[in-house]
Amino acid sequence: MGETLLEVKNLKKYFRVAAGTLHAVDDVSFTIDQGHTLGIVGESGCGKTTLGRTILRLIEPTSGEMVFGGKDLRKLGTREMRYMRREMQIIFQDPYSSLNPRKPIAETIEEPILLAGLIPDTDKRFMRVLELMDTVGLAERLINTYPHELDGGRRQRVGIARALAMNPKFIVCDEPVSSLDVSIQAQILNLMKTIQRDTGVTYLFITHDLSVVNHFSDDIAVMYLGRLVEKAPAEALFQEPLHPYTEALLSAIPVPRIHNRRERILLKGELTSPINPEPVCRFAARCTKCMDICTKEEPPLIEARPKHFVACHLHKAMVS
Amino acid sequence: MMPASATARPFTTKKEFYAQFKKKSIAYELWLRFLKNKTAVIGLVIFGSIVVVAIIAPWITDYKNVVIKMNIAERLQPPGSNHWLGTDELGRDILARIIYGARVSLVIGISAIAVSLLIGLVLGGAAGYYGGRIDSIIMRAMDVFLSLPDVLLALAIIAAFGNTKVNLTIAIGLAFSPKFSRVVRSAVMGVRDNEYIEAARSIGALDWRIIARHVLPNCIGPIIVQVTLYVANAILTIAALSFIGLGIQPPTPEWGNMLASGRTFMRDFPHIVMAPGLAIFFTILALNLLGDGLRDTLDPRLKH
Repeated sequence: MGETLLEVKNLKKYFRVAAGTLHAVDDVSFTIDQGHTLGIVGESGCGKTTLGRTILRLIEPTSGEMVFGGKDLRKLGTREMRYMRREMQIIFQDPYSSLNPRKPIAETIEEPILLAGLIPDTDKRFMRVLELMDTVGLAERLINTYPHELDGGRRQRVGIARALAMNPKFIVCDEPVSSLDVSIQAQILNLMKTIQRDTGVTYLFITHDLSVVNHFSDDIAVMYLGRLVEKAPAEALFQEPLHPYTEALLSAIPVPRIHNRRERILLKGELTSPINPEPVCRFAARCTKCMDICTKEEPPLIEARPKHFVACHLHKAMVS
Repeated sequence: MMPASATARPFTTKKEFYAQFKKKSIAYELWLRFLKNKTAVIGLVIFGSIVVVAIIAPWITDYKNVVIKMNIAERLQPPGSNHWLGTDELGRDILARIIYGARVSLVIGISAIAVSLLIGLVLGGAAGYYGGRIDSIIMRAMDVFLSLPDVLLALAIIAAFGNTKVNLTIAIGLAFSPKFSRVVRSAVMGVRDNEYIEAARSIGALDWRIIARHVLPNCIGPIIVQVTLYVANAILTIAALSFIGLGIQPPTPEWGNMLASGRTFMRDFPHIVMAPGLAIFFTILALNLLGDGLRDTLDPRLKH
């Protein structure tokens, strides 16, 4: 399972806006191994959603490479890319807008199979839909219901079934549980974990909720204003966060114990604008450990500990 | 990827599966909701009766011997038992002419709107879905057409190509198409940014499929409403064109030309113009009630 499934190299997505160039995703690189989960964490507007969509080419990147299963996705033609979409799917954040309100859920789940022409026989395709509904825990009787008749958790299950329909190798999960109740969040997360165990699918799990990603991911990458500021195995990141921003994020996770209160690091100031950013550390304005160099130079992403990458002037690269 | 629970099922085809459930339809639910709207039902009943009467017109009256044949002996009779709505200046039964006039108005009105709907779906759909430059080019062209009153535009087309029924249909269809393009465009833009459109793209659906299967079905509400309202408008336009002598030519009965030929006698025999006037009035009222009712029924914001 140690094989690399997806390698993202220097991925950039800039949007031209009235005030200048918005750096939504700026020079992001990472790899995900097959069957693993990479959690992408960051606050609203840091470009994590754009990152997910850019990888799937739902948004065309400005520059960079996405190597998926040995093929550079950006070099694929329209036809090849359509073929490739069987392998890579997405689960959306809002199950209220990600399902076509005019289609019964069976048709929504069936559509990817139909489009790929994988199962030409109507009855066999129908049985496959039932099988998928079974996988995601939807009762057969719901087959002809419309999205508005279902609750959030069930809708999200439909979204998951649609993503699973073609047995993809890779699924981008764009905050799949953040619009659900906490009790349902757990159900959906467990479901996704079970699916991963059974099928060996690889997840890119985008969230703003560190406590969710902790239980779910093998590796965690922290994004800040379009940049990857830290990437490490989940355990290492939680035990020893290297970037001041990650520290602040971790301190914000509520701990359900009365006596064991942690010092909360409060970030001051506004999020720096992602439009035309200066070539300095983007977190400098809010950083508690800001040094002179931070407002002069942009820190590169370096391997400060084994497999633990950080982009901060506080840390020096391992001497190799 | 799944445990073979499929084998445990008591059915293997779609048909067999559905045999165990009662299939419910969204259309039936909408119909029930529509029935709750009293004014809309009144509109539907009036319009429905007009359509039925127009269809069975040949069985009600004789076109050659009653509708267009002059009968000077019985000219200008007031409404009575022989002629329910009286006779016109050439002694023809007004009721019979109104009934046949409904055929002309409805056929041309509906097919003209079908023409403009088709144009509107293609142009407005493309403009709304793709946006950007395509949108600008299409919509600026439509704006040029919109700047002319539609009667004038229809007039110009008829003047250029002659006033046959087909030309009249095309002329009105073209004249109304910019409005449909606008309606379709705005409706498309409203659903274009939904995540299910992106979801469709992520499973490799082509643009035409996304527009036809995901975008348009979700803007059907506002479009249907506009269709009913504009059919009323088209009928009025036909009547207006016929009134000034550029639409349907006598002796073919049409409400507009009936009004026009009757207006000389309006002072002493008001029933001649009252009948076609009321026919136009009720048709348009019915369509407007129906349109408003459909809007209330189909508006997704009122859904649950």
